[in-house]
Amino acid sequence: MLKAPTPEVDTGEALPLLDVRDLTVEFQTRRGTVQAVKHVNISLAKGETLGIVGESGSGKSVTSYAVMRILDRAGRIADGSVRFSNLDLRQIDESEMRDLRGREMSMIFQSPRLALNPIRKIGHQIEDVLLQHAQADAAAAADKAVEMLEQVRIARPRERYHAYPFELSGGMCQRVVIALALACRPQLLIADEPTTGLDVTTQKAVMDLVVELTRERGMSTILITHDLGLAAAYCDKVIVMEKGNVVETAKAETIFRNPMHPYTRKLMRATPRPGITLRELLPDEDALRAGAIGAATAKADAPLLKVEKLVKEYPRQGAASSLSRLFKSGPTPEGEVFRAVDGISFEIARGESVGLVGESGCGKSTTSMMLMRLIDKTSGTISFDGEDIGAIPAKDFATLPQRRRIQMVFQDPTDSLNPRFTAARAIADPLLRLSDISRHSLRGRVEELATQVGLPLDLLDRFPHQLSGGQKARVGIARAIALKPDLVVLDEPTAALDVSVQAVVLNLLQDLKDKLGMSYLFVSHDLNVVRLLCDRVIVMKSGQIVEQGLTARVMDAPQAEYTRDLLAAIPHPPI
Amino acid sequence: MLATLGKRLLTVIPTLIGVIIVTFLLTRVLPGDPAVYFAGPAATPDSIAEIRKGLGLDKPLPEQFVRYVGDLAHGNFGNSLSTGRPVATEIASRLPASAELTLLGLFVSLVIAVPLGILAAVKQGSWIDHTCRVVATAGVSLPVFFTGLLLVYAFYYQLGWAPAPLGRLDAFASAPPQINGFYLIDSLVTGNFEVFRSALSQLILPVATLAIFSLAPIARMTRASMLAVLASEFVRTARASGLDTRTVIITYAFRNAMLPVVTTLGMVFSFLLGANVLVEKVFAWPGIGSYAVEALLQSDFAPVQGFVLTMAVLYVVLNLVIDILYGVIDPRVRLEG
Amino acid sequence: MTDTLNAIPPVTEKPALSATPAQPKPEHNSMLRHARYVMSENPVTGLAFFLFALIAVCALIGPYIVPHDPLASDTASALQAPSWKHWFGTDQLGRDILSRVVVATRLDFIIAITSVALVFAMGGLAGIAAGYFGGWTDRIVSRLSDTIMAFPLFVLAMGIVAALGNTVTNIVIATAIINFPLYVRVARAEANVRREAGFVQAARLSGNGDARILLGHILPNIMPIMMVQISLTMGYAILNAAGLSFIGLGVKPPTPEWGIMVAEGAANIISGEWWIALFPGAALMLAVFTFNLLGDGLRDLVDPQRRT
Repeated sequence: MLKAPTPEVDTGEALPLLDVRDLTVEFQTRRGTVQAVKHVNISLAKGETLGIVGESGSGKSVTSYAVMRILDRAGRIADGSVRFSNLDLRQIDESEMRDLRGREMSMIFQSPRLALNPIRKIGHQIEDVLLQHAQADAAAAADKAVEMLEQVRIARPRERYHAYPFELSGGMCQRVVIALALACRPQLLIADEPTTGLDVTTQKAVMDLVVELTRERGMSTILITHDLGLAAAYCDKVIVMEKGNVVETAKAETIFRNPMHPYTRKLMRATPRPGITLRELLPDEDALRAGAIGAATAKADAPLLKVEKLVKEYPRQGAASSLSRLFKSGPTPEGEVFRAVDGISFEIARGESVGLVGESGCGKSTTSMMLMRLIDKTSGTISFDGEDIGAIPAKDFATLPQRRRIQMVFQDPTDSLNPRFTAARAIADPLLRLSDISRHSLRGRVEELATQVGLPLDLLDRFPHQLSGGQKARVGIARAIALKPDLVVLDEPTAALDVSVQAVVLNLLQDLKDKLGMSYLFVSHDLNVVRLLCDRVIVMKSGQIVEQGLTARVMDAPQAEYTRDLLAAIPHPPI
Repeated sequence: MLATLGKRLLTVIPTLIGVIIVTFLLTRVLPGDPAVYFAGPAATPDSIAEIRKGLGLDKPLPEQFVRYVGDLAHGNFGNSLSTGRPVATEIASRLPASAELTLLGLFVSLVIAVPLGILAAVKQGSWIDHTCRVVATAGVSLPVFFTGLLLVYAFYYQLGWAPAPLGRLDAFASAPPQINGFYLIDSLVTGNFEVFRSALSQLILPVATLAIFSLAPIARMTRASMLAVLASEFVRTARASGLDTRTVIITYAFRNAMLPVVTTLGMVFSFLLGANVLVEKVFAWPGIGSYAVEALLQSDFAPVQGFVLTMAVLYVVLNLVIDILYGVIDPRVRLEG
Repeated sequence: MTDTLNAIPPVTEKPALSATPAQPKPEHNSMLRHARYVMSENPVTGLAFFLFALIAVCALIGPYIVPHDPLASDTASALQAPSWKHWFGTDQLGRDILSRVVVATRLDFIIAITSVALVFAMGGLAGIAAGYFGGWTDRIVSRLSDTIMAFPLFVLAMGIVAALGNTVTNIVIATAIINFPLYVRVARAEANVRREAGFVQAARLSGNGDARILLGHILPNIMPIMMVQISLTMGYAILNAAGLSFIGLGVKPPTPEWGIMVAEGAANIISGEWWIALFPGAALMLAVFTFNLLGDGLRDLVDPQRRT
């Protein structure tokens, strides 16, 4: 068993806790050896918090796996050294390494629910770690585990000790994972995208908790994230990675104010934040080329879309067994239904762009599906250009002429393209079904649309898997505007994209709106993005609208408590 | 837990109703006169008419069904044409022979296949892994009756290690007094080790045949689901927390990996009960499978119908047991129902 | 076109697969490349394709290339061990086993193919409809499939053949019926996942009706997985048919068929004449093995992630 390395007497110039030199990680793939991390240097002092920032494929996670030596089978450390408290982690054998993991250095992951054993009580999972590292004997382990749950602010810890992961929310699961990681009081915590997929208020709670607990224990932390704002808000030092290389290392305060490397500059610029315009997300030369944003604003005549007292109910799961449902008929009694959308009313004017924001489960997606006439409402009206389209059953709506006027851009560009259709075929699909365009003018129109969305024409004959995320997003947008709709619902259209691609797509959407005079309903969880694109914003919580109004007004002087919470939860980088 | 169990028991009812309807229909919607089938090939028009009346075939279909269900409720499966004996008695007396064979076969294959699958997944790419893959692919390709014959040729004819493939006991041993009809257990309980030895040596080859047959799907599934679980995020978390290999593999990976394997067991049972018929024929095993095959060849339909129904009910019960087992392992099923 | 929209730079990141804008590669090309990769990674798949070709040839022209008449008995040369004259030996009636094994390929192949085609049409379509529409369609199809699944499948096949009558056609029908739930399950699950997929929603927004979505969008995406299923159940269908004829159902002697030939040789095993049962049994095994390997190979080709 390895002795816990004792910290050196503080001489001011103490050895770094973690010292990574020249780290190179290789993966064996079918295309040969790929270097995922190239000659990376990291130095982390005791008690320091370091952010590693990069877009997907930058090698930021692989770096941390290499430090922990938990690379999967295909990967290996090809070169460099990793020293932890003066121990050479490349030299020690696996059993020594195992002793270090969890006791001296631990890790929390993204998707907390998946990170826990689904069929083991969370209390037992914490005990496993405590017992493994001899931090408690069998008798005391249970109490220690409950104590850990208490420390990560889980209410009724003694009860929750017996809970299984599926009985807890995502945020709670992440707290359990943190408890697991901190149970043995390690010196180093690596957090790999710990809040991705969590709501912004949960993200703040989790991050604050991590900071508090690690500070309390004098731990060093590495925060791996794609969100430059998050890293700058919570870290002392930030490392920016691109394609396996470290391009910049700087103090958190300086990286926003004075980014040195062009890539950092681009990344920083592309991060949506208060006080800038859409064009400022783009690199200078592109912003110049794009010109000024058009001045098209909402027209004051009758609203294009008017929603009144819209309700959507779902039968509550498990409330009635399938057997009793089989024998019973008639309306579902009260209490057995769940109101996903609970009597909301709002309007969208012609040419207006309205943001619909809220956290997961607030009913914003259900609302957009109803407006799109993909699902039926329970009650209320949806008037589109004076006609109550809510009264038309969703299954009949697909082939009606009104279908042309309301279109949608989906969240996941990969999922929303048929894998067997080329880009051209995907864009042509609505034209073939809902317009009387002739066969020979079809290709011309598809190319025109591709040009409009900035998709190179030579990509039109590719299949989705041969396109990048940004290119797929463009195909999805071209398809949505192909029929010149009046209203486009944008369902988190950039959530799956890297931030630099998001900047480009947001600008594209803005320009298309101005040019084609469409109205947008922009569904999003990201207030900073909504601020950039929308004239007005609607805030939803638990199926109801808590606040709506002009974007600037709602953002700068929120009336509702909940809106204030949401705004406060956005990480504020030190600028 | 009890409520979940009760709910699960309730779901068996529609399945059982479905099974009874199908076995009923098998005899009634034939492209011909069921009475002719029931009467057998040597029947006269008079005897056919008599059987038709006796079976109630002149009545409307729903009434026939009610009568059929009533008969079943009284344990009346009809009489065999060739032996004249009640089908129910015959099946009841032969069932232990089939059950002993099938369960032992499954047991042996589980004992071999599960560890093999786990080892193959843990040591991916090693010789154990390759063995597992060869066994899995070759195993599912082997016709079970062919395996049986090969084993008989090798171990009886060539090596002389196994007794002749002729039933449950050799000619000199007599059956132990019946307690539950499993010769191995009955003979042990009565302390008759001579019979135990004889019964065991007769069992080895047919059990091996069934085990080889069911080995493949279990090993394959164990390996695949173990690989999936080992690549999962919670195993990565367990590793990153420094848990030792044994805890990671057994407490974390194995219990999760067992879930799909338990589900596969249902399919394996389905195959096993079918394969059992073929193995009984090869080894002249006096079980319900060989009873059904003999009756089939003589167009004696009542035993076949009784056999199909018995097998289906057995299978429904086995699936119920598997479901309950699944609930025991997986809290999500147990607690949410 | 000189409007401002063009000025927005095209996204320059690399696509997921290697195809770069400089050298666009058409789809079939990358499919071929993938096929070549799968072959080189797993030469066994190559072997499977070779064996499949061999079986297909035997099925097509078997009767014209065999050395002896598979039905001609010659009691003088009964029960001869394999020799230069009779490579696989002769049976109780002196018939040439090699000829019988080769000629039998066609019958076994036809039984398997027709039953699989039948169940693919019925089970595949029923499953897709059940998965896509849900509701009553799903309830009826699932109930039907559950009821079939409630029986041990081979036992049910025995019951069906016994009830419908002891003919080859009924073996085909019984084999199709017992495979029905397998096809329903796969097709239903695949259609169900895709029902809520973004591209199906998008197709609905583009004005596609249910029928067009089902046949034009969902079916083509499910086909590869169904092909794997077809290959795997071909092997199972052959085993099942052979099992039925082994216990004396369906095929009647003297017709050469692998299952019945093994049954004929079974009695001779305990007296040491191994070749009568061995060669048809081995042929049977090889055929099933081929389809299983082929299924695995196709799965690799179709779905590299789900490799086991």
